[in-house]
Amino acid sequence: MTMEEPDMQTLTPTTTNQGGVPAKATHGAAGSTDRPAGGLETRGLHAWFDRHHALQDVSLQFPENTITGLIGPSGCGKSTFLRLLNRMHEFIPKAAMAGEVLFEGNDIYAPGVNPIEIRRRIGMVFQKPNPFPAMNIGENVTAGLKLARVKVDNKQELVEECLTRAGLWKEVKDRLKAPAGSLSGGQQQRLCIARSLALRPDVLLLDEPCSALDPGSTLRVEETIIQLSETMTIVIVTHNMQQAARVSDYCAFFLSEGGPGHLVEADLTTNMFSNPRDSRTADYVQGRFG
Amino acid sequence: MTAVVAVPVAPTRPWQRRRAALARNGALVAGAAVMSWLVNARTDLSGFLGHWLAFSLAMPVLALLSSVRSGRNVATDSFSAALVTVASLAAAVPLFSIARTVWQNGSKAFYSSYLTTDMRITSSSDPLNMGGVLHAVSGTLVMVALATIISVPLGVMSALYIVEMKGRFAGVVRFLTQAMSGVPSIVAGLFVYATVVIFFTGFSAWAGALAYVILMLPTVSRTSEEVLRLVPDELRAASYALGASQARTTFRVVLPTIASGLLTAAILGIARVAGETAPLILTASYFVATSTNLNEPMASLPIYIFSNLGLGDSNAITRAWGGSLVLLVLVLVLFVSARVLSARLRRKRL
Repeated sequence: MTMEEPDMQTLTPTTTNQGGVPAKATHGAAGSTDRPAGGLETRGLHAWFDRHHALQDVSLQFPENTITGLIGPSGCGKSTFLRLLNRMHEFIPKAAMAGEVLFEGNDIYAPGVNPIEIRRRIGMVFQKPNPFPAMNIGENVTAGLKLARVKVDNKQELVEECLTRAGLWKEVKDRLKAPAGSLSGGQQQRLCIARSLALRPDVLLLDEPCSALDPGSTLRVEETIIQLSETMTIVIVTHNMQQAARVSDYCAFFLSEGGPGHLVEADLTTNMFSNPRDSRTADYVQGRFG
Repeated sequence: MTAVVAVPVAPTRPWQRRRAALARNGALVAGAAVMSWLVNARTDLSGFLGHWLAFSLAMPVLALLSSVRSGRNVATDSFSAALVTVASLAAAVPLFSIARTVWQNGSKAFYSSYLTTDMRITSSSDPLNMGGVLHAVSGTLVMVALATIISVPLGVMSALYIVEMKGRFAGVVRFLTQAMSGVPSIVAGLFVYATVVIFFTGFSAWAGALAYVILMLPTVSRTSEEVLRLVPDELRAASYALGASQARTTFRVVLPTIASGLLTAAILGIARVAGETAPLILTASYFVATSTNLNEPMASLPIYIFSNLGLGDSNAITRAWGGSLVLLVLVLVLFVSARVLSARLRRKRL
């Protein structure tokens, strides 16, 4: 860890009384000293692709039931960081990492931890909608349960609930048997969100979920995300500053500046946009570069 | 506001000038036919091939001449189009020639119960209103089915090992399957003869099916591998992100997505062996009666053709042509039904 940077950029909920933060951000921290369900924290996280050092020393906390936006220019390691949080990073050949990711207080990279269990509880939605083409809409929603061998009593109810929460139910309720490929891009993305929700994850990671969507679908997905944050911790990578400002409670700004990506600053979203500590953050959020 | 009168509008396709193109192409073909007739009349060229050769040369030339006024691009375009058309027709000529010859000779062997009797009480030189190919058809179907049941799972699993598991020996397995695809079919038969027929089964349907497996396996494996590589990694990532194991991802997401491709792999494997004679001579041998006993020698269409041809008797040779016709139709039916099935599988997922 370097000397000029603080060891840990804390996002502890103790700061939530300032700056008009949503009340929900405080409820997880109220008097609880032990780790709450869905709490996520990284300590000194690094990532490599073969020899290339992609991410350097990122320490962040994600309090439960909050939305954290990861912002920064392309190639600054946001997506890599996100994929480290539910062990998707290791699917890339020659990928390596260092540091800790604490989920409910336990390192998910510790020996003996089952990555499958981790991914079941820390869901992920990708930049490009990726519904399963061989399944219909309804089957796509319950695909996670089938794949993870989770038994459910009332599938119909679950499908309706998840699709409703993803803001898609009204559009597809009459054609649940239609192939998933028949949906538009925006609908496919909401279907993928519904698919993640069916497993009732404690954390949901979203990698630029709206980058391929029209404004209407984007709005609906954002509403969905805010609603979901009442019951789960959400981390969202976005290139859209307005989106970060609209949905997130906290923001973390990444930058690579030629070397490995690293964390410049993390704070309440309101502070990040109105009163950032670092001049590079100010430049970026105001659109002066990136 | 002025009243808007709805004018009925008919849909058109201005980019398709069907009738004009049809007239033009008709004139081209007619012109080329006249030219080739003239050439054949004036030179030593004659017969089907003579006409064909003259026609193939005349059509591109005519196409070029007729469009040269319209400028260089149009002329090049119509010349190339004529050339490609003539070449593709030329490629189809042997196919139709074979089909026609087989039909002409083979249909003579047919009578009312050709497909429902076998050769157990009939000699190959007997009149053509006795005996049939039932034993050979059933034998081919049984051995191909047996070989498919064994080689498709093996082939798909070896492809999974190479593409999905990326196992330590993936490169070796890939190299060996590739090398195996070059094995001559008689060598496959000889191998099974030397290892299985002599020591275990004797001449039998099992041995024939095993020889088939050796030939099918590389085709099935290679094709499955190609198809597996087409599955986008995003799908696998989606599955893993839902907490699926690799096995679940493979069997619930990857394989269903490429079901139609795997069917194609199986068909290509079957196509590789269905008409093979060599691997069966030393393995399944031949048997004149319809049989389902896998431990006994079994008839097959290629061997039926082979053995009848070898006798030299004119009735026997006609029987061989009849067998060829049945084999052609059998393979055709197999292909068409597999194509239909494959298309249906693909349509289901849009």
